Amino acid sequence: MTETLTPENADQVGEVLAWAAGEEIPLEIAGAATKRGLGRPLLGAHGGEGNRIIGHSLDLSGLSGITLYEPEELVLTAGAGTSLAEIEAAVAEKGQQLAFEPMHMALLYGHEGGTLGGAIACNLAGPRRINAGAARDHVLGVQGMSGRGEAFKSGGRVVKNVTGYDLSKLMSGSYGTLAALTEITIKVLPAPEKIRTLLVLGLDDDAAARAMTAALNSSHEVSGAAHLPGPVAGQSAVSYVGGAGGAVTALRIEGFSPSVAARLEALRDLLASFGTLEELHSANSIKLWREVRDAAPFQTGDQPLWRLSATPSAGPAVVRDIAAALPGVAFYDWGGGLIWYRLDGPSDDGGADVVRTVLANHGGGHATLVRADDAVRARVPVFQPQDKGLAALSARVKDSFDPRRILNPGRMYQGV
Amino acid sequence: MKMPDPDQAVLARRAEIIAALRAIVPDQSVIADEKELAVYESDGLTAYHQLPMIVVLPENVAQVSEVLAYCHQNNVKIVPRGAGTSLSGGALPLADGVTLGLGKFNRVLEIDYDNRCARVQPGVTNLGISQAVQGEGFYYAPDPSSQIACTIGGNVAENSGGVHCLKYGLTTNNILGLEMVLPDGEILRLGGKHMDSEGYDLLGLMTGSEGLLGIITEVTVRILPKPTTARALMIGFDTSEAGGQCVADIISDGIIPGGMEMMDGPAIAAAEAFVQVGYPIDVGALLLVELDGPPAEVDYLIERVRGLADARGAISVRVSESEEEREQFWAGRKAAFPAIGRLTPDYYCMDGTIPRHRLPEVLARMAEMSKKYDLGVANVFHAGDGNLHPLIMYDANNPGELERAEDFGSDILRLCVEVGGVLTGEHGVGVEKRDLMGVMFSEEDLNQQQRVKCAFDPQQLLNPGKVFPTLHRCAELGRMHIHRGQTRFPDLPRF
Repeated sequence: MTETLTPENADQVGEVLAWAAGEEIPLEIAGAATKRGLGRPLLGAHGGEGNRIIGHSLDLSGLSGITLYEPEELVLTAGAGTSLAEIEAAVAEKGQQLAFEPMHMALLYGHEGGTLGGAIACNLAGPRRINAGAARDHVLGVQGMSGRGEAFKSGGRVVKNVTGYDLSKLMSGSYGTLAALTEITIKVLPAPEKIRTLLVLGLDDDAAARAMTAALNSSHEVSGAAHLPGPVAGQSAVSYVGGAGGAVTALRIEGFSPSVAARLEALRDLLASFGTLEELHSANSIKLWREVRDAAPFQTGDQPLWRLSATPSAGPAVVRDIAAALPGVAFYDWGGGLIWYRLDGPSDDGGADVVRTVLANHGGGHATLVRADDAVRARVPVFQPQDKGLAALSARVKDSFDPRRILNPGRMYQGV
Repeated sequence: MKMPDPDQAVLARRAEIIAALRAIVPDQSVIADEKELAVYESDGLTAYHQLPMIVVLPENVAQVSEVLAYCHQNNVKIVPRGAGTSLSGGALPLADGVTLGLGKFNRVLEIDYDNRCARVQPGVTNLGISQAVQGEGFYYAPDPSSQIACTIGGNVAENSGGVHCLKYGLTTNNILGLEMVLPDGEILRLGGKHMDSEGYDLLGLMTGSEGLLGIITEVTVRILPKPTTARALMIGFDTSEAGGQCVADIISDGIIPGGMEMMDGPAIAAAEAFVQVGYPIDVGALLLVELDGPPAEVDYLIERVRGLADARGAISVRVSESEEEREQFWAGRKAAFPAIGRLTPDYYCMDGTIPRHRLPEVLARMAEMSKKYDLGVANVFHAGDGNLHPLIMYDANNPGELERAEDFGSDILRLCVEVGGVLTGEHGVGVEKRDLMGVMFSEEDLNQQQRVKCAFDPQQLLNPGKVFPTLHRCAELGRMHIHRGQTRFPDLPRF
């Protein structure tokens, strides 16, 4: 049985970690635990490493609340356990947003919600990644407790800061294996006045990749470039997309009204030769890009699901080669650089061998097994395996924060 | 400024080290002659200088790796150096150290327009990247003012910014991959042409690590399509306070300008006297706002910003009507440093960042300090992000004035931290701000940073004496004080 510890402030987090370090008791570090299914399993029959069973969960959702929000300075500070919904509502009220579009995985892992700390720790950015950056690009400062039970901070509350190592970046995407974050300061940005989406209908993957490249290489500031092949587009709740009767390539234009109108017109001219064009207004645009952000077409079901970050122009070739060995369905975001691939059925290794070999053959990148049984995720590397030198350096970085390896041990890599 | 004591045993082996390095790189790539070494004795922070023991100029990553492995095995310190434009003494040599210059790594290796990136060697200049891709309508966004000379390797080491970083980000937001060599000679590759590599964000950690963690031998940068138009407004205000409020109004209105710079009275007067571009000299603050994008957007936002400026009581507003005029607006700002240089034998450029709304208070207290230290100060700011560049005017030939200027500078940086800001926005800590790190960070904060350093460089041979005020041995930092069997936090709620 798991015992859940729920500290209410940073000092209590420190106490728990000092105790756990002293007794060498490994802990699960969780915000709202909505992404527990992402990464190698920690709890239960497939968790732990060797004889180190993880029996305690450190729940940081008590470290909640926005402590500073200055819209005119584009800065917000909140406890790491603050719910994303609370933050998104607060900034929306001032006409601002989290520009990295944090992914919502409620259907995928069966839990609603999610915290700021969880979004940063997993560094999962949405469609706007291509021009606004990832979660890590919006973290200005962090406070946390290391696996030594000691408080440390990095960064600050200003955008321009090169004082000391950028440990805030290191925390982003570390899946709670380096520190229990207690407070996070992020950059917020103005929400666009207007959103439009240009749809190109009926393109095959290669033509879609060319269209997305043309759009992204133009000066029209496209803030989303996704391609949904027929079977995926057909599942969209946006009628223009779901009822298109084939593949849909979507390009998002955001900003001030006169600018959006001018850029949309220019983009229409640029892409007219590719195929039939359609246009989505604000409400439908928001709906469609949420679906893309959350990989909505693939959230239900239990087939293995992969998220690949690849060289954008290699996207279609990667999908073709994977599909030749492992039947499945794909769609593309980030102009082809982000591929969601769902296998049609189960596979002993979740398809890891094929997926990673194909990716390596096309310029490299990384592939994450986002959904698979606990047993598979315990057996197969969920995150892209690192070469020897990088793995050794990562282990030394882990030790520099968490020498007793009590923080989410094994969540990212075995032994780390 | 106290640097680590030179290791006499290493100095005694100088001839042997030179011979060993000449076995790795061609003879002429190892500089040992005192006159030639003098070229390397300081960087952009000329107040500090030190002859290096030896300079080595490798040509490829294999040579870098061998040099580092040799130094690692023989306990020899290394100071990496790009173009030597650091304003914080990041490339200040060590008397017992080998300065490793990357000037020969000066090639653009690959430009991949389809994937909007370029692979370049670290010695390529910042501007050189933009020039290499401009024919296809692309550019590299971060543009530090030293961009003609400074190299991309140095930009990564310092996480350089520039006037466009409010909208387009710093170096860290504009690179995709690195090849680097660890102090023991191991070659690693981070990232590539894809985004957001998995595992710890070592790319982010390396950026801004000031040459303390590894030697960068290749950089993959993002390149962006150039905006079609840019226009600028030049707005005069009575006071810097009014100018600062106008900046807040612009951002609150949802506008992120491509560039937004402010100058105070002394800086305006100096710039106008130098370049005569028509800056109003009867104003207390001058705000330059540049909007870039498609013409429809730029024209629309120019009017919106003009309206905000008028509402804030601007004394004068001029809008650039041509590319020449836009460049003219910027000419004064870009010439601000040399313009100040004409008024004073020496000046000392500071680099703190503050939360923007504290600007009036910070300026008022800086004026008091100026009286106290009896030294003039002119201010240019990256107004959008609160990055201040106070220029302290002094004369190094007057005994004691350099020290007074440094004390004045330290007080300014302490003030920046006190109001919620930081010691350095883009110039780096280096040796210059090393001893002020304790103002911003607790001992435990600094210890944790040094533990990270130990993961890369356990013998602490790479650029020692920079960034950290006190050097601890890695073994000492790794020790844990464990209290076993303590009461298990009885007050903690649990389920």
